[in-house]
Amino acid sequence: MTPLLEVRHVTRSYRMPRRSLLHPGPVLTAVQDVSFTLARGRTLGIVGESGSGKSTLARMIMAFEAPDTGEVRFDGHDLHSLGSADLRRLRRRFQMVFQDPWGSLDPRRTVAWSIAEPLRATGADALDRRVDEALVQVGLRPADGRKYPHEFSGGQRQRIAIARAIVTRPALLVADEAVSALDVSVQAQILNLLMDLQEELGLAMIFISHDLPVVACLADDMLVMRAGRPVETGATASLISAPKAEYTKSLLTAGGLMP
Amino acid sequence: MTRHLTPNLVLGALLVAFVVGMAALSLVWTPHDHAAMSIRARFGPASDIHWLGTDQLGRDIVSQLMVAARNSMTVALIAVLAGGSIGVALGLLASALGGWVEDLIMRVADIGFAFPALLFAIMLSAVFGPSLWVAVIAIAFINIPVFARVTRGAANVIWTRDYVAAARAAGHGKLAISRDHILPNVAAPVIVQATIEFAIAILAEAALSYLGLGAQPPSPSWGRMLSEAQTLMFMAPQLAIYPGLCIMAAVLGFSLLGDALRDITDPRLTRSRQA
Amino acid sequence: MMALSGLSVSFDTAQALRDVSLQVPQGTRLGIVGESGSGKSMLGLSMMGMVPEAARVSGRIMLDGTDLSGASERLWRRHRARRVAMIFQEPMAALNPLQRLGDTVMEPLQVHLGLSRAAARTRALELFDEVGIPDPPARLRQYPHEISGGQRQRVLIALALSCDPALLIADEPTTALDAHVALRIIELLVDLAERRQMALVFISHDLAAVARATERIAVMYGGEIAEEGPTAAVLENPRHPYTRGLLGARPGIGGATPARGADGRRQRLPTIPGSVPPLSQLPAGCRFAGRCPVEMPHCADTRPAAYPLPGDRHAACHLLGAGA
Repeated sequence: MTPLLEVRHVTRSYRMPRRSLLHPGPVLTAVQDVSFTLARGRTLGIVGESGSGKSTLARMIMAFEAPDTGEVRFDGHDLHSLGSADLRRLRRRFQMVFQDPWGSLDPRRTVAWSIAEPLRATGADALDRRVDEALVQVGLRPADGRKYPHEFSGGQRQRIAIARAIVTRPALLVADEAVSALDVSVQAQILNLLMDLQEELGLAMIFISHDLPVVACLADDMLVMRAGRPVETGATASLISAPKAEYTKSLLTAGGLMP
Repeated sequence: MTRHLTPNLVLGALLVAFVVGMAALSLVWTPHDHAAMSIRARFGPASDIHWLGTDQLGRDIVSQLMVAARNSMTVALIAVLAGGSIGVALGLLASALGGWVEDLIMRVADIGFAFPALLFAIMLSAVFGPSLWVAVIAIAFINIPVFARVTRGAANVIWTRDYVAAARAAGHGKLAISRDHILPNVAAPVIVQATIEFAIAILAEAALSYLGLGAQPPSPSWGRMLSEAQTLMFMAPQLAIYPGLCIMAAVLGFSLLGDALRDITDPRLTRSRQA
Repeated sequence: MMALSGLSVSFDTAQALRDVSLQVPQGTRLGIVGESGSGKSMLGLSMMGMVPEAARVSGRIMLDGTDLSGASERLWRRHRARRVAMIFQEPMAALNPLQRLGDTVMEPLQVHLGLSRAAARTRALELFDEVGIPDPPARLRQYPHEISGGQRQRVLIALALSCDPALLIADEPTTALDAHVALRIIELLVDLAERRQMALVFISHDLAAVARATERIAVMYGGEIAEEGPTAAVLENPRHPYTRGLLGARPGIGGATPARGADGRRQRLPTIPGSVPPLSQLPAGCRFAGRCPVEMPHCADTRPAAYPLPGDRHAACHLLGAGA
């Protein structure tokens, strides 16, 4: 059975702006030689601090950017060598939830419009019914669809963002710091919701965060990144009980999971 | 809601209403035929018949001001709409495509900025003869780079927003995103810019017609009224004061309105969230 | 050293703080924990006299025995920086990007303490050294964007310490920092408090950070103090239902990391139902009414007093009063 997602030796660098007239700007390697696979229905946690490259990796998985070398294969398809029409068709099968509940919804559109956006791209029908379904699945009401984002709290807006991400019944959900901007009690609610949805819909998930204890809640396997490079990877339980890398140990200590 | 009613907004709105009202009314009614001359009634004082008196050719000043207002509004409206539409489209295109396209469009806009409207109007007049439409085209032309720049700047910010990334993740292309997300969200700064450009356009039309490059006689224009009143300044200063006040009212009104609109749009969104 | 007594801060539509009483003796470290809307930031601002103009303040704000609650801006300014200093969450926002770090730190020394430029520079170097900034002379010449987030926060701390305040208020000082860096900053703050016998008020939503930084902790909800006591005791054995809910919801601290249960399903995190109501719609009695798992009928109308508990603790919950 092909794994749902295969990332093979992915590398991405950026050229920074010039500092002097004669020399080209320095090169920043955001991601260096990262590889992993993800099976259907499983959750991978990617943990890293700022500058670790986890956001760049997320953008490459979502095919917003192409890696310089290496490939990203979704269900066997190499995402970055697909034609744009094929890629657009495939997109409904992997979706993303973003960090900022205040910036991830268009303030000028109703909630229902935003949730239906992925459906409109695929030319699906029965939009209203599916939007209502999605709203209920994330713990909101169909009537909420007529409201605007500013009428909701941060946690509710994340629910709406999640509704948008699941409305096309994707196989993969990428959550990039999806709970980092939320209060502790709201965080717990959203994490529970993600776990519920994963079971109900058979979703595979990639959960990216700097907050190790939160990632450890959800993830079957973990990938620890630092300065663009993979530091350690393995099953969550063993990584937490017996970390091999010093960096992993220090993250565990800082997160309060190790004395 | 009532805290939006600042003195700026109220004054601006009143002035604009006055000027636009004058212009609109002139379409159906003026106290007298604005072109009717009467040598006997030259330099008439303010009276029941001629509310502000008559000018050097016996024409009713109020009627002249009203029709001039209509001309001024027409030029400003068409020029800003035309220039604005083209400018916004270019700005959206530049922002959506980025790279060399964006650079090219912005460099062309820079060149457009450097080109004075006056020079362009003179050139057009030399080819087509001076007229109202020459003024419209010249002013529209200088509006294009302004709107292109404002739109592209605001659009660039919107492209970085997560909801645009979500639309890309949903599979929408740049055209759909520009139409559905970028355009509605740059509307606020564009509209504010439009009111300011309107004020500028009124001033530009007055300048052009002062030089004889706008509406041609017998169609009146505030600028030309000023120019004609120049030689008569010591005899009949009111002939310069009235059109001058009208220009001032129009420009001030639209500027204040634009200012008030700017205050109403962006900062409120952030402030009310914190409350 | 700083004592709040019955402090209430209200606006037209809502009450940000209701009848808050707190003591911060000299040289102690107090943590203030809460989520958005709990009033913790407003509490910090009250201690600095920086409550917004539109607010009505009642109650007492005692600084070394003087009540500053109705004090004028001029009076507060005499105490700010010299007796009470504050550091904020976003170091980049608090530093002038166009001014070298040395100038930024030397300015208050010259203005408040009247030091000469040379004396101010020496003091600035000492301060940078004290907060653990490597190579102080080089740093003085740099601009904020040229150094890392953690170092910027250290500069802010140096700035706050420049006039030797007796109380340092830190409002979310580690939230914008990576976990490692945050740990170092917390260590620094604790060290400074001990060495200088300075009181520290550490405001944060991050329970782990507060656990490390403080000896006593006050948990806030809806503008009131729900529970207060020694940090370790409160975190290990919370007595207020909100504190219990908060600790349970946070993976890794207090509760263990959820794993898969016997049926193979992932364990869910215990949550507090609902969400924090807007400040204008909080219940008149206990603020936590409507979300509390052990609520009694009269909780929504009757305000609980701060019932004392053994171990120099108290918690505002009816369950602890008569009939518990």
